[in-house]
Amino acid sequence: MITHSRRPTFSEPHPYPGRLIIVEGIDGSGKSTQLQLLNKWLVNSGYRVFFTEWNSSALVKETIRRGKKRNLLTPTTFSILHATDFADRLVHLIVPPLKAGMIVLADRYVYTAFSRDVVRGVHPAWVRNLYEFAVKPDLALYFKVPIEVSLKRILNGRINLKFHEAGMDLGLSDNPSESFKLFQNRILEEYDKISKEYDLTVIDGTATIHRQQELLRKMTKEMLQDFRPMPYLQKKENIYVR
Amino acid sequence: MSARKGKIYFGTGLPYFDASEIKGKLIVIEGTDGVGRSTQIENLRQWLEIKGYGVATTGWTRSPLISKAIDDAKAGHTLNVNTFSLLYAADFADRLENEIIPALKAGFIVIADRYIYTAFARSIVRGADPKWIHKVFGFALEPAAVFYMKIGIEDLIPRVINSQTMTKRYWEEQSGEGMDYWESGMDLRLGEDFYDSFIKYQRLILREFNAMARRFKFIVVDSSISFEETNKALKLGIGSILEHDEAS
Repeated sequence: MITHSRRPTFSEPHPYPGRLIIVEGIDGSGKSTQLQLLNKWLVNSGYRVFFTEWNSSALVKETIRRGKKRNLLTPTTFSILHATDFADRLVHLIVPPLKAGMIVLADRYVYTAFSRDVVRGVHPAWVRNLYEFAVKPDLALYFKVPIEVSLKRILNGRINLKFHEAGMDLGLSDNPSESFKLFQNRILEEYDKISKEYDLTVIDGTATIHRQQELLRKMTKEMLQDFRPMPYLQKKENIYVR
Repeated sequence: MSARKGKIYFGTGLPYFDASEIKGKLIVIEGTDGVGRSTQIENLRQWLEIKGYGVATTGWTRSPLISKAIDDAKAGHTLNVNTFSLLYAADFADRLENEIIPALKAGFIVIADRYIYTAFARSIVRGADPKWIHKVFGFALEPAAVFYMKIGIEDLIPRVINSQTMTKRYWEEQSGEGMDYWESGMDLRLGEDFYDSFIKYQRLILREFNAMARRFKFIVVDSSISFEETNKALKLGIGSILEHDEAS
């Protein structure tokens, strides 16, 4: 069954009572750590928080996984499948909490697709149009770090780089760590363009965790100045923290 | 490739693909459900092959990559219009890049049974923004010609309400349906039952097609008279495209 909804477009502020905060950055930029800390603070301050991640819906997850494994995906199908996945998640996981007046925290958002898919070869204007139905964030943070820093952070956590993380499918280099650098460098270039185009708030991802978090909380507070929680969400309760 | 109006792509294109590698021709046959497209296409294939052309056909069926996702989605998932439109776009992109383009590169005449215009009509009647959906399919190749097999709703009814197909669908395919759920636009809840819904849905689709016929310069082929009349008109149209190409 198809459901109809008059939805806002990505170029104008959304009409929902909730707030959408998104973080962007290359792998190892520290964005997830920062978002988790923000999550804890918001919950502790009595807000109802709803956390969501990029690429996690059931609808096309299996298809993307299978396609990646067999190297079947072209840049265009790869891009559209992620948009499909996002469209599904938007309807099921992002819009309902926003309508209910919650604070939605998204780890990566459409800008991830804008940068990654363009590096893979699709047209920049085409992929932007693909996500025209997305909800415009109230606060969009871009964690900027040099490649060397992110690579170090990733390799600290585990031994090998994942095939797609290193952009190995692009054939830039046979060496995963070399390929990662080349691939992520191009992603960084795209992020730089995007952060200007969409006026993302740039955070220096090389600063200390504590310093970054202070900045984030300050900006979130400002953004929430005119935010009035729905009466049914005002009761403070113990909410699970991820 | 002599696409219409010298355009190679419908929109922004495929930046990573060199279109000069295309040697063949893409011919599109559009028309609503039940208009007899596949019978015509089979005949055209034989006719072209006898003339010595390599022919490949492609349908609006599902590609192996996406089919499972579409089935899962249709099987009970609540589909939003954007999700619906994008799933079909992904499916089409897969077929374009893995079937249509390789055949065109090899110099075949590719006859497409339905093309992006079917996706436009279906998405737009479900509430998609026309501008958005046109741009989504901007990577599609511009066909050499689009033939629109046109019939009115009154011609469509006797073709769809047909004991052979309906009996088969109900009993042999065990779908529990006489008329097709999607052809009847049942997801849109336009009418009380399959029949009412079918009439309303197909009217909306026909309206979209008629508007597109003007906008995208379809070659309109009146398909309400007979197989032979339609066939003659299609052969005439295709013949002139091939001649024009050889002359230039």
